[in-house]
Amino acid sequence: MEAMAVDSTKPEEDSRWRLINRTIRLHGSAPDALIETLHGVQERFGFLDLDALKYVAGTLKVPLSRVYAVATFYHYFTLKPPGEHTCVVCKGTACYIGGAAGILDDINQTIGISPGETTTDGRISLLTARCLGSCGLAPAVVLDGQVCGRMTPDAVLEKIGSWTSHDDDA
Amino acid sequence: MTMMLEDLQDIARIEHDRHDSFQHHINVCIAAGCLSCQSDLVKDALEKEVLRRGLEKSCNIKGVGCLGLCAAGPLIAVEPEGTYYQGVKVSDVSDIVDALGGSPVGRLDCSSQLPFFKRQHKIVLENCGKIDPERIEDYIAAGGYEVLYNALRIMTPNEVISEISTSGLRGRGGAGFPTGLKWTAVSKAVGSRKYVVCNADEGDPGAFMDRSVLESDPHRVLEGMAIAAYAAGARDGFIYVRAEYPLAVKRLRKAITQAERLGVLGRNIFNTPFDFSIKIRLGAGAFVCGEETALIASIEGRRGTPRPRPPFPYEFGLWGYPTLINNVETFANVTTIIREGGKCFAGIGTEKSKGTKVFALAGRVNNTGLIEVPMGTILRDIVFDIGGGIPEGRKFKAVQTGGPSGGCIPEQYLDMPVDYESLAQVGSIMGSGGLIIMDETSCMVDVAKFFMEFCMTESCGKCVPCRVGTTQLYHLLSHITSGRGKLSDIDMLEELSDLVKNTSLCGLGQTASNPVMSTLKYFREEYLTHIEEGKCTAGACKMNTSKEGR
Repeated sequence: MEAMAVDSTKPEEDSRWRLINRTIRLHGSAPDALIETLHGVQERFGFLDLDALKYVAGTLKVPLSRVYAVATFYHYFTLKPPGEHTCVVCKGTACYIGGAAGILDDINQTIGISPGETTTDGRISLLTARCLGSCGLAPAVVLDGQVCGRMTPDAVLEKIGSWTSHDDDA
Repeated sequence: MTMMLEDLQDIARIEHDRHDSFQHHINVCIAAGCLSCQSDLVKDALEKEVLRRGLEKSCNIKGVGCLGLCAAGPLIAVEPEGTYYQGVKVSDVSDIVDALGGSPVGRLDCSSQLPFFKRQHKIVLENCGKIDPERIEDYIAAGGYEVLYNALRIMTPNEVISEISTSGLRGRGGAGFPTGLKWTAVSKAVGSRKYVVCNADEGDPGAFMDRSVLESDPHRVLEGMAIAAYAAGARDGFIYVRAEYPLAVKRLRKAITQAERLGVLGRNIFNTPFDFSIKIRLGAGAFVCGEETALIASIEGRRGTPRPRPPFPYEFGLWGYPTLINNVETFANVTTIIREGGKCFAGIGTEKSKGTKVFALAGRVNNTGLIEVPMGTILRDIVFDIGGGIPEGRKFKAVQTGGPSGGCIPEQYLDMPVDYESLAQVGSIMGSGGLIIMDETSCMVDVAKFFMEFCMTESCGKCVPCRVGTTQLYHLLSHITSGRGKLSDIDMLEELSDLVKNTSLCGLGQTASNPVMSTLKYFREEYLTHIEEGKCTAGACKMNTSKEGR
């Protein structure tokens, strides 16, 4: 249990942790609030790092092993920092029938990353979703949080291209 | 605040008066499908345009839930004319306002006489596209929470359960367990606490019914849960909803807050001893959590792995207490059943499958979207009449029901009624209601591989047949689709499918081989073409048939 006492300074410094602490308190600091708490951490920090996992384990009084088990069991949680921009390609059945695999292939050929990877400059992350539920608009791609329907490989690449060129201008 | 029937009626009257004070109503779909085509911008533009022309007292702009025909989004409906407009853009708003009270804008017109709209029978979706999902007042004006009032004040819990049993309602999550039996079991179970859980972990890829219901009419689900809690003797409820549905989560949170503020959730509801509160729990992207014991583990904050049943959740559920778990659509049926009576509901549908079913129509079909039809509707009517057939004149190949747990139904069974038994007979399942239509460009071996990859990654790893079996099945299918398959692979696929089906712990593994078995049964020649001729007739697989590849 010693592992949990590590690095508690960081959480206190950051105001984002105050909001997370509030989530924890709202759930009565009970161990069953673990998933809700991890959602809170990921929402504010973008990913779950080891320090965060240790902090959550200590506050909720659950073993770090269980926090790690939960964080790695659920696909929604990520232990790696995301890129500046994210492109999530839906791989649901309707999107698959609609050609999602082609979109992924083209992205891979153009910028050289596979699902789950981030470009080496940390700009773009490529992710896949199980199903966004936007099946009526297949194939769907979420570009920086915005769901775009009826996408083609070219349209997605154009948008990704605009991210890189826009950043160069800035 | 204690809410009484008169208060509900007051709220409803104010809403009706407000509604009647307008001459025109423009309802803009703000469910996720249309929102991703920027229907929110259209709504803003309409509001500005109406203000600019000083029509704000005669024309009401309202955001409503799903209008159904997602393929034609953004959709708007103009009342009282009953005109639908499709594919509306911000630049169209002035023409739309011009046309109010006159003849509709021709280029945007989407006939409400289409079979897509005419052939539906709406129970679960009766308020979708009519009420503003973010205002409880609008739901109350549509008769909302009156059923809960009547249930609490006039009916005993047993009377409520007996109506549900009479209705013949079966679980809409996929398995089709009789809802009345489940409610009876929980109400009879002994426990100092009991829970009601709404399963909104709609994990089937290609299904978006529950999301649409939650986004379009969240109070309907809350009211259904409250009635269930009263019948079962529970005081606490949970909605387990996917984190991937942020809009549904947002609207649910808002709905719960509104309901608590009005006192239709909380303590001493309608001045009775009945207390009920609902909490939201977010899923985190694990398909297996749709299985009820895994869902329970996840609500408890653990890894979502299933456990053997019995004991079933009705006797040993959340934290060991009796727990009633139903799907979103099941709860959404409850208010109508109690209001109209179980007999009336039982008059719809077939002998063993009562009521209606909501389907998410997607894939290679013209009218993708959300539909609700009576049980027993002929599959061909759904695909070709309501769905409008296959785009670009291509040929229908199969319809996939039940997601990764279901099967592919070929053309020869298109004249089959859609109900639990008929679907099971042809090797598929009702599932939660995703209908994916495939045409000749879809390779059925590739489709089987797609679903097997899904099951392989979603297997929680607890039991060996599912963890190892799905991986082996996936590799066999990969071999075949890449042109390296052998004839003996087909025997192996069949043997393994049978093994995984019969020895897995939970529904995920037990049904994981359905897509393989159904495609092997109906599209065996496609497997053989891949193996013997080294080609994919649909052109979907990248075949590597060189000698070195084999």
